[in-house]
Amino acid sequence: MKTIFYFLVFPGFLFALIVGMVASYIERKVTARVQWRVGPPILQPWYDLLKLFTKESVVPENAHLLTFLATPVLFMVSATLVAMYAGMAFFFPDAAFQGDLIVIVYLLTIPPICLILAGAASANPLASLGASREIKLVLSYELVFWMTIAVIWVKTGGELSLVNIMNKPPVMYSYSGGIASVLALFVMQAKLGRVPFDIAEAETEIMAGAYIEYSGPLLGFFKMGQYILLATLPFFISSIFWGGVNVFKYVALLVIVILVENTNPRLKVKQCLKLFWFILFPLSLVALILAVVGL
Amino acid sequence: MNKLKILSKSIWVFHFASAACNNCDIEILDVLTPRFDVERFGVKLVGSIKHADAMLVSGMMNRKGAEFLKDLYDQAPKPLAVIAFGSCASSMGMFKVSYNRVIPVDEIIPVTAYIPGCPPRPEAIIDGVVKVVKKLRGEI
Ligand code: SF4
Repeated sequence: MKTIFYFLVFPGFLFALIVGMVASYIERKVTARVQWRVGPPILQPWYDLLKLFTKESVVPENAHLLTFLATPVLFMVSATLVAMYAGMAFFFPDAAFQGDLIVIVYLLTIPPICLILAGAASANPLASLGASREIKLVLSYELVFWMTIAVIWVKTGGELSLVNIMNKPPVMYSYSGGIASVLALFVMQAKLGRVPFDIAEAETEIMAGAYIEYSGPLLGFFKMGQYILLATLPFFISSIFWGGVNVFKYVALLVIVILVENTNPRLKVKQCLKLFWFILFPLSLVALILAVVGL
Repeated sequence: MNKLKILSKSIWVFHFASAACNNCDIEILDVLTPRFDVERFGVKLVGSIKHADAMLVSGMMNRKGAEFLKDLYDQAPKPLAVIAFGSCASSMGMFKVSYNRVIPVDEIIPVTAYIPGCPPRPEAIIDGVVKVVKKLRGEI
């Protein structure tokens, strides 16, 4: 009973969705202000979602039916699970369990996998291109992400529980932690699929990539998953690097994401791989060595 | 709440350009700029017909393009508003006597609103948006 409440209401689905919609509103509004526009009303993400659920869903004739229908739901569910575990450690420290850091990191790879499957299942050339680009994106950032997690692990003396990590002094205030937290910002940007790492949905090149064939409620599930991820990832990054979350830290991370998004061009697939493997990975190696040495 | 009422608060527009002389297409981008900013009403340009709530058809519709237009209309998730943009799409415009056998859009698929002009001014486009919103809400 309690688990269901955690999953569906707080800090899981409902809470994360509402926070995500507010975050998405902030994103669109700040983007509009950066471009000197007025921007959408505050309920716009809610209207978008509601509208998607009133429309019909078109399934392409050649699509793999089960995969096509299941992936959006899985996408949303895995995002919700991340929100639940990350939120539990913060709101209900007693109910959280040891080792949830690893669980969250693994769960965070499921949404991209769903996206890849969805793109591959929708029988559309642009969608398969989107899927292939998503694979390359995951390959690029995942390595750096694990290295930053390793830095955390070393710095906190082998802690894998979010609660204990939050109770330690923030990892950020050390040389290794400082480097790792900057790298984590890059990874967060890529995981959220925001510019400059939006190669997988590149509106102007491959329309919407893996999402291209989705419509109505199915697209709505993807949208909900994205809102939840937008709510969760800054929360998670802030709780492991900045020693806990509060409104200011959360909004600061969100605004960093938005400003980077608005001031950068999209990278090519090759450049993205190069950036992560040949520039950021050595840096993360340096951070790990520093952490082992004790700096 | 009424379905179409919700739709009218978040219209995602797909742009179908069939041999437009490109003035119409440029004017469409104008309404997204700071001076006119239609994102205030939740209007957004999308790249896939599957995400669209409104299809904006610009340019002179020839016999070849007509097939694609019909295909796209059939693929789109309903309800879908169709907007004939510019005098070419609404009434063949200056290509009326062309050897290319032009047809107006409303002879191919049902049209919700017409936006006149060659090319329409951004004010006329916003007026068109208002017309579509009103029509979806059943006010006209
Ligand atoms: S209506 Fe006028 S501006 Fe628009 S495509 Fe036709 S000729 Fe060009």
